[in-house]
Formats: sequence, structure tokens, C-alpha cells
Amino acid sequence: MVHLSSDEKGHITSLWGKVNIEQTGGEALGRLLIVYPWTSRFFDHFGDLSNAKAVMSNPKVLAHGAKVLVAFGDAINNLDHLKTTFAKLSELHCDKLHVDPENFRLLGNIIVICLAEHFGKEFTLEHQVAWQKLVAGVANALAHKYH
Amino acid sequence: MCMAPKPWTFLSFPETKTYFAHFDLSSGSRQVQAHGKKLADALTLAVSHLDDLPAALSSLSDLHAHKLKVDPINFKYLSHCLLVTLARHHPGNMNPEVHASLDKFLSYVSNILTSKYR
Repeated sequence: MVHLSSDEKGHITSLWGKVNIEQTGGEALGRLLIVYPWTSRFFDHFGDLSNAKAVMSNPKVLAHGAKVLVAFGDAINNLDHLKTTFAKLSELHCDKLHVDPENFRLLGNIIVICLAEHFGKEFTLEHQVAWQKLVAGVANALAHKYH
Repeated sequence: MCMAPKPWTFLSFPETKTYFAHFDLSSGSRQVQAHGKKLADALTLAVSHLDDLPAALSSLSDLHAHKLKVDPINFKYLSHCLLVTLARHHPGNMNPEVHASLDKFLSYVSNILTSKYR
């Protein structure tokens, strides 16, 4: 469970309301594939991921990134119940997708960097503190059912 | 801006404060600012020696291995906060290629600084 003060919850929900979820999701997944190219191991079937331009314009990357960030939105609506919210997705990532949970932490940090890059000075120190807690909570929840 | 990553690291990753128990860690601390500047100067040195980083950072590697003994995970936390700081100071400009290059550079610097640990 992630412990967020009411101020921290406010920093999360207020910023989330301004995020273009589909666009940011695509960008976040694209950056993950560019900055940490070994993450492409899960996306052999996505086509051309050979360079940054190819990644950022790949429709499968953009679509899947959007899907991931929409699911992330479930966290924001269930801040006090992350483990139960992500139980099924955790089982899926372990049993079917075989994703190393370290990748959840990598993507979480990429999301934070995307937010900083989009919002600039509006992304304050307090925002980062709250969002780091959230992405860590989501990563832990997604890893929770691993065995 | 060079001062910014330190307090961000301390607040987002509180375990990093264990290395600075002897510091005043309150907001605006001169000690933190001064130390942040030392860090920024070291990175500036690194940037001017991109083709010979191990030699340029050798004495810092020695310091971290034999005296400071900072757990390697903390270099990742600080590197991440440096990237966040750069991103928020350059909104719209830190494109994926720049992001990847910076991440790679900071990772390389971190590896060098922990290269003599064992």
C-alpha cells in the first residue's frame, strides 16, 4: 500500500487531469524503448524499433503506450487499493507476459520524466515526491502476484 | 539549476539522506547547495572528457570506493533526479534522443564511480 498525504493525492490528481493520457502513454513507452533498448525484447512483434524516429512513430508503440497509461489511471482512482486493483494485471505480467518487474520501475521513472518535461516549472518538487511514491506503489502492486 | 537535484533526491528517495547525517538538510541549506555545486563541477569535468572518462574520474572513483562507499543504487536515484531537473528546466526540449544520451552518460559515470568498489 502506498501512503500518500492528502496534499500528495492532490498533486497527483490535479496534474493527471491535465495529462493527454494517450499521447503521454505513447511517448512514455517510446522513451522506454529508446532509452533502454533491451526492453524491446517484449515487443518483437511491433515491427521497426531500430531508431528513435521509428519508435516514436510506430503505431503499435503509441497504441500500446496509450493502453498502459489508461491502466495507470486506475491507480489514480484507487490510490488506497493498488494491490487489489492490479492483481489480475500482476498475474498476467508474471504468468503470460514474463516481464521482469524491474521494467515497471523503469517505466514509472520515465513517466515522471515525461511529466517534468511537459509541465516544466509547474512540476514542483512536491509533485515529484508524490509521483515517485505513486509509480513505486504501482510497480510494487504489479510485482505483487509474482511467484 | 545545478543545486536542484540534491534536495529532490533527498525528498523523493529519503534513504539517500543516510549519507548526509552530518549535513543541515533543511530547505535552502548552504551545505546542500555547496555539495550540489561540487557534483555539478564534477559532471562538467566529465562532459569535457567524454572520450577518456575513466582517467578523468579516477580520483573520484578512488574516493567513492575507499572513503565514501555509497551504495551503487544511489547513483541511479541521483541520475534520475538530474534527468527530472533537466526536463523541467527545458520543457519540450529534452527529446527522446537527448534523454537517451544523457541517461547513458550518467549511467557510464555511475559505473566508473563504482568501478573500484571490489
